[in-house]
Amino acid sequence: MKLLLGDEAIALGAVHAGISGVYAYPGTPSTEITEYIQNHAPEVRSRWCVNEKTAMETALGMSYAGKRSLVCMKHVGMNVAADAFVNSAITGVNGGLVVLAADDPSMHSSQNEQDSRFYGKFAMIPIFEPSSQQEAYDMMAHAFELSESLKLPVLMRVVTRLAHSRAEIVVRESQSQKALCPDNDRNHWVLLPAIARRQYAALVEKQTLLLEHAEKSLYNSSELSGKKSQLGVLACGIAYNYVMENDPQALGVSVLKVSQYPLPEQTIKNFAAQCETLLIAEDGQPMVEEQVKALLGADYPVIGRLTGDLPRTGELTPDSVGAALGVVGEPSYDNAQYVVPRPPALCQGCGHRDVYDALNAVAAEYADARIFGDIGCYTLGALPPFRAIDSCVDMGASITMAKGAADAGVHPAIAVIGDSTFTHSGMTGLLDAVNDKSRITVILSDNLTTAMTGGQDSAGTNKFEAICLGLGVEPEHVRVVVPLPKNMEEITRIIREEIEYEGVSVIIPRRECMQTLKRKLKQNKNK
Amino acid sequence: MKKDIILAGVGGQGILTIATIIGDAATEAGLHLKQAEVHGMSQRGGDVQSNLRLSTSPVYSDLIRQGAADLIISMEPMEALRYLPYLNGEGWIVSSSHPFKNIPNYPDEAALSGEMSSLPHVATLPIEDVAKEHSLPKSANMVLLGLAARYLDILTPSQLRESIARVFASKGEKVVADNLKAFDLGLNAV
Repeated sequence: MKLLLGDEAIALGAVHAGISGVYAYPGTPSTEITEYIQNHAPEVRSRWCVNEKTAMETALGMSYAGKRSLVCMKHVGMNVAADAFVNSAITGVNGGLVVLAADDPSMHSSQNEQDSRFYGKFAMIPIFEPSSQQEAYDMMAHAFELSESLKLPVLMRVVTRLAHSRAEIVVRESQSQKALCPDNDRNHWVLLPAIARRQYAALVEKQTLLLEHAEKSLYNSSELSGKKSQLGVLACGIAYNYVMENDPQALGVSVLKVSQYPLPEQTIKNFAAQCETLLIAEDGQPMVEEQVKALLGADYPVIGRLTGDLPRTGELTPDSVGAALGVVGEPSYDNAQYVVPRPPALCQGCGHRDVYDALNAVAAEYADARIFGDIGCYTLGALPPFRAIDSCVDMGASITMAKGAADAGVHPAIAVIGDSTFTHSGMTGLLDAVNDKSRITVILSDNLTTAMTGGQDSAGTNKFEAICLGLGVEPEHVRVVVPLPKNMEEITRIIREEIEYEGVSVIIPRRECMQTLKRKLKQNKNK
Repeated sequence: MKKDIILAGVGGQGILTIATIIGDAATEAGLHLKQAEVHGMSQRGGDVQSNLRLSTSPVYSDLIRQGAADLIISMEPMEALRYLPYLNGEGWIVSSSHPFKNIPNYPDEAALSGEMSSLPHVATLPIEDVAKEHSLPKSANMVLLGLAARYLDILTPSQLRESIARVFASKGEKVVADNLKAFDLGLNAV
């Protein structure tokens, strides 16, 4: 018995299932999976990847070679990995391959709340959606077995509340890693159109088998209240807990738990026949609700997020699910009067602060200055006291949006991007800008780590000048500064000079993250 | 028997350490538990909370229902009040009385403390001052845990002391002793 974070339970489940590699780029709420494996399973390959696409492809390579591999990412990482992900369902797998997507409904640390189950359906592969930390642990071994028996990757989808919540986990015996056994069948792996058509047809044919697995799955189970229920609930993944918290038995409500997809259609039809109305409780987007409506026909009342019985957006809670079940909540205190929001902020002493002070000073001299931000701690530059950035969209978008705006005539067009985000998705856009001799100024704010997610290694550390020069930025327009208040005059002068340059400049303010620095000092003290 | 606890504070104040110790004690005592934490962006000086649910029977939801929390343990008074709608009528607030002001619009202190003392079940202590007076500046969170131990019921102070010893063991005897001392200061505070 161990007290583990959901992410740790997933990690341990994968290690005990005999994985040989875990591939990932850090992203809340998925980061702790890879960290746990790095700290507890030295026998597993686990260096951080540059981005989710390289992670997905590397895992597929390990699978090709016959070994089990895990890929982990946050939901928006699925967008980056999507090309490799969807095509891995066409090639199929050799060693078991599980893709773990950690969704973030309510956007605790994200820019959207997209539901990764759509990706699983899109790629036509099995999806597991655990309801608890124990189930997440248990499912991992099952997911690898299913992946190998179906010769398909398997998607496991979790949400923040499962990933970042601790529970006691009963662990089982560990399996050994698979032997090296590369796949010799090129007809699976070389996706020329003629081969891809055959493979795709085979994937479509396999869907019946996937459905059979879901109908028989131990993770899909119903608790009927006996006689016909007025209300039945189809509870997906973690929503099952919120339903159970409201004691459905006492309410005379029947429950069908669904944690393995594709949707078990016959099971749902049988269950619906025992109920008069079906409530769909699912965290994320109303994917199942839409499918069940189609499955049961227009005359059968299906309620959920689309009908307003549950909130259309945001994560479910025991309260919102309780309300949909007709439970009257406990009387409670009103909101306190003297409470104000306390938003996160850049750490005191953080180098990004000096970068924004300098940028704000210079930008104030230009009526039309626009600063395109990116994803990381420095996105907090949008908040007071800085209010410095005009956009933040996706990993790497600062450089490419600045280029597009400059193409349209915006000047100065400034991009602010962190070191890890730059290697994740900024480098390619910089090459576009160089090739087009775009008039942009890129601030590559280098704190030598992936800070936002807790200080993981940054792929490009010590290589940034070389990368920029290699991509063709002119040597006299790659400028390195140390972001400290005492250097403000030098930094603002350099920014001004580079804004006036009619081409691509990269200014690299470089100073170590305060958090990683503190941690190092503490470790040295304890030595 | 169940105890639903909301741990509150500001990123970096050490609420996860309190959660770890209660979690360890609960596991050791064979209780069922779930402990939802906040990781990621909020940890940068924003408000943070953890939902800690202990029970003699299995726990389903990782989140506590509104009006169901038995205890709010907070490293900061305004952060204690943030979760007031989650507290049940008989529930207690155990909080540091010392405001942590890292925002420009922090509410008026007298009004805040007035609102706090208008509630029926509140225990506050200037935990930072207590810790500093006894030369334990890093252990204010353990002073708070000691104070909260009076209201935990489902776990005894001695079970919590054992967990403090276990959790801090890797940091050496002095750290363990300091944290136990801080815990006792909270437990026995007048």
